[in-house]
Amino acid sequence: MKYFGLIWKNVWRKKVRTSLTILSVLVAFLLFTLLSAIGYAFKGGQDAASAERLVTIDKVSLINLLPIAYKNRIASTPGVRAVTHATWFGGYYQNERNQFMQIPVDPHEYMSLYPELKMPQEQFDAWVKNRTGAVIGQELADQYDIEVGDRIPIQATIWTKADGGRSWEFDVEGIFSTDDPRGVTAYMMFHYDYFDEARAFGQGLVGWYIIGVEPGADSVQVSKAVDAQFANSPNETETTTEQAFSASFAKQLGNIAMIVTLILGAVFFTLLLVSGNTMSQSVRERISELAVLKTLGFEDRAVLGIVLSESILIMLIGGLLGLGFGWVLVQGIAKAVGAFLPGIYLSPQAMLVALGIMVGAGVLAGIFPAIKAMRLSIIDALARA
Amino acid sequence: MSEILAHLTGVSRTYQKGKERVEVLHNLDLEVPAGDFIAIMGPSGSGKTTLLNLMGGLDRPTSGKVQVGDAVLSSMSNSQLSHWRSTNVGFIFQFYNLLPVLSAQKNVELPLLLTNFNAKERARRAGIALDIVGLGDRAKHYPKELSGGQEQRVAIARAIVSDPTLLLCDEPTGDLDRETAVEILTLLQTLNREHGKTIIMVTHDAQAAEFANRIMICDKGTLEHQEAA
Repeated sequence: MKYFGLIWKNVWRKKVRTSLTILSVLVAFLLFTLLSAIGYAFKGGQDAASAERLVTIDKVSLINLLPIAYKNRIASTPGVRAVTHATWFGGYYQNERNQFMQIPVDPHEYMSLYPELKMPQEQFDAWVKNRTGAVIGQELADQYDIEVGDRIPIQATIWTKADGGRSWEFDVEGIFSTDDPRGVTAYMMFHYDYFDEARAFGQGLVGWYIIGVEPGADSVQVSKAVDAQFANSPNETETTTEQAFSASFAKQLGNIAMIVTLILGAVFFTLLLVSGNTMSQSVRERISELAVLKTLGFEDRAVLGIVLSESILIMLIGGLLGLGFGWVLVQGIAKAVGAFLPGIYLSPQAMLVALGIMVGAGVLAGIFPAIKAMRLSIIDALARA
Repeated sequence: MSEILAHLTGVSRTYQKGKERVEVLHNLDLEVPAGDFIAIMGPSGSGKTTLLNLMGGLDRPTSGKVQVGDAVLSSMSNSQLSHWRSTNVGFIFQFYNLLPVLSAQKNVELPLLLTNFNAKERARRAGIALDIVGLGDRAKHYPKELSGGQEQRVAIARAIVSDPTLLLCDEPTGDLDRETAVEILTLLQTLNREHGKTIIMVTHDAQAAEFANRIMICDKGTLEHQEAA
């Protein structure tokens, strides 16, 4: 620690060069942060055995709807505690840029399966009573400045009304939120009964089922049991965990996880070259100074430690800045696309991995210049100076 | 001045230069009494700096024995030599060799980083050393803000801050004008006479050598003769 002043001064010996190197580190860790947060959403819920909620969709495609009659059969499956359904409405608010998720649901069933969603009881009661009532998430309320009591029009892109109209109007009866930092509230819910009666086609069909598993039940076995009931039927099902279901939306774009891994690999490889070059130059241009340190009595390993620490410090400065900016961006992105890809979240594990990469990359970038400094012959170096 | 601080016995130093072996020092014997101020003169390549390096524990002889105080430098490991240098010897170079990123104060504190002194004590001791060389008011200046003479004074403060018994000076006035050189040499003389430092100074300059107690001539790897200053 007593060498920190010396290390700090050496790091900033060439301010422009160090700043540019730190900037490249910052960008690399900014990317890492963003891609980790998105990757978190993708990999979520793969461990079905620990899942609390399952989702059942049509086996062929999510676009295909399922009969409402499946609900009772699913509910009677061993291991199923509760079941409800939702359907993709696909509308927009005011103009086409304001797209967010709207789903028609059964209010009582849905809210009992999502206890993490919080809403004042009187607002919930008002929603239940009002056939054209809707509730919106806190994120949406903040984003579009919507309040309880507002009447909002949603333009349908799929579900025209029986009268041929595309504009569905809803009374905002409540605003829900969640205490879970990973929770998503950028969507809107309204009555399935109203939706089913008012739509021009598709009566008696739903988009997907959400299943609450009995405590202690094996989610994998429950999934298999549900799908087995509808085997060889016109609408075979596929039951997965809720997060895997959410990720399936985004995965339709391609193997994003693989792409981001490749991008990160390339970015960090380039980063090592850039910072390794910075450290090599830094050592080359102060050979005589390092020789003076050794002359004064600094041991070889102390010189090694000083040069390595400089490299790690550069990585930590850039990396922590990148992590900080990335965290802010992740919050924004999670709000913007959370309705379509829930679970975008910068986990503590990802931050620890980032810290590990910072230290590891610092060591890798600095180790060869540090060894050169350690092995430096005092006499040769002073003679060259 | 009767106690002997440094003994060099039968010291030879040979370097490999390509395929050729060059013997820089040949079977050299030398005794340096504690508190002495010796100037070593001689032509380029005569082995002056090599001799200084051996006495400072920066190099080891090919054969022979180098002893300073109780320490037999010729048989010590690199780590032992580093530790010994940090407490027993101060180096002063021709081109000062200050760290440009550190202030005068922090340059002087460098050797104290190897001690157990806390930051406050390191600063106090560095302040005293700078006062001794007459640069107490330049403590916060960086090397580029100092004249050559002032830089050399800072280098001297750095050399004496850990209170070593031996000061090794390699052409300490080689980069300075005459007037400044005299100031630096007078300072070295003061450190020798008033602070009891043993000083060995390599120089090409006969007038600089006059400030020493003794002058030795190094030629072709041996100390050929010595004369009273």
